[in-house]
Amino acid sequence: MANRQNPPRKPLERELGQPEIPRNEAPPELLRELVAHLRQNRTQLREEWLRRISETRLLTAMTKEEIFAEATSVYDSYVEALETGTFEALQAYARNLSERIIPRGVETHEVIGIVLLLRDVLARSLFAKYQADFEKLNRILDAYEPAANRIANTVAVGFVQERERVIRQQQEAIRELSTPVLQVRERLLILPIIGVIDPQRARQLTEQLLRGIRTNRAKVVVIDITGVAAMDVTVANHLVQTVEASRLLGATVIVTGLSPEIAQTLVTIGVDLGKMNTVGDLQGGIEQAEKLLGYKVVPVSEPR
Amino acid sequence: MHLEVPILKQGEFLIATIQAALSDADLEHLRLALVQRVVRFRSRAVIVDVTAMDVMDSFASRTLREIALMIRLRGAETVIVGIQPEVAFAMVQLGLTLEGVGTALDLEEGLAYLNQKFKTIN
Repeated sequence: MANRQNPPRKPLERELGQPEIPRNEAPPELLRELVAHLRQNRTQLREEWLRRISETRLLTAMTKEEIFAEATSVYDSYVEALETGTFEALQAYARNLSERIIPRGVETHEVIGIVLLLRDVLARSLFAKYQADFEKLNRILDAYEPAANRIANTVAVGFVQERERVIRQQQEAIRELSTPVLQVRERLLILPIIGVIDPQRARQLTEQLLRGIRTNRAKVVVIDITGVAAMDVTVANHLVQTVEASRLLGATVIVTGLSPEIAQTLVTIGVDLGKMNTVGDLQGGIEQAEKLLGYKVVPVSEPR
Repeated sequence: MHLEVPILKQGEFLIATIQAALSDADLEHLRLALVQRVVRFRSRAVIVDVTAMDVMDSFASRTLREIALMIRLRGAETVIVGIQPEVAFAMVQLGLTLEGVGTALDLEEGLAYLNQKFKTIN
């Protein structure tokens, strides 16, 4: 599934047969010089970055002022991460930023895009500054590149993690408001299903229903699927399984609210619904269930 | 060690209560005993109580179904009662649905089901 692994890559230099350029730990004075340069030219570089952002039409969901404010903080955290070599603050900021912008529809490629843009803008300014001294430029870039790449990585991972957290949270929320098993009469349960049914939810539904049948000593269950938009083979088979499992506990299942689309799908994919008792709507289903249980509902008098 | 399943006569019904996990041989023995006694006692129905079974494999499920079909041929009804929710769930996932066999929640329900049924016939 998700853990498909790439084969380990060899270092690029050796692959291309190039002589190894010695890469030492960045000497602190170089890094300090680099940071000083970025601090000095903060306004100008930030403007350049913002220009590139609007040029490439990233972050269209945000206003200019917002982008400016965020860009300023990102720039400052970026420089700080370069200076200190610690990424916790940046990570926290990235997470915080993601939290704010994910609900507004900012996409992953935009976030990664702007961080890469900043990296490029800063690298360009370094080229411009040190173009006369190639060796120094090389050493500066040695210090800059790994840190910059790590920052880009950190921000991207932070964003994706935040997104996944939001998705997980929403899934849990959906699962929690999932499905009540309700007793409407002695020995009669209804199970209104709303939303998408995935295999996990189908399993949970069945377990809940079976437990409900036992605790309420139900004889008839009405499963209402009016709120289910679509159904595929897997889900249809789960439904059939639920019906069969309920029968093993001695309960009859009536399925109601099959939409024309679902009826069409079920017929097309050829799911065996012979064992299923189906009634058009929930009201009809309850009426039939009452008949099975021997109830007869009559009005006591004329409504007042 | 052979495990005997007690078969009680209760009026017009026979009640077999499975009290522990049964080996295949035990199940076959139960099948034979029920099919013999249903005619000897002139019973109208057999109730098999499986409340104590927390596992139902394909052999057990098939044997129960065979018991039901054989008893029908011998002129009586069968109701399987007391299948646990977890067992029911596992069974349908394995495709063991005891098709054509009556089922009820527990012994009480099973008796009610049979009484209802024979009342409508008479």
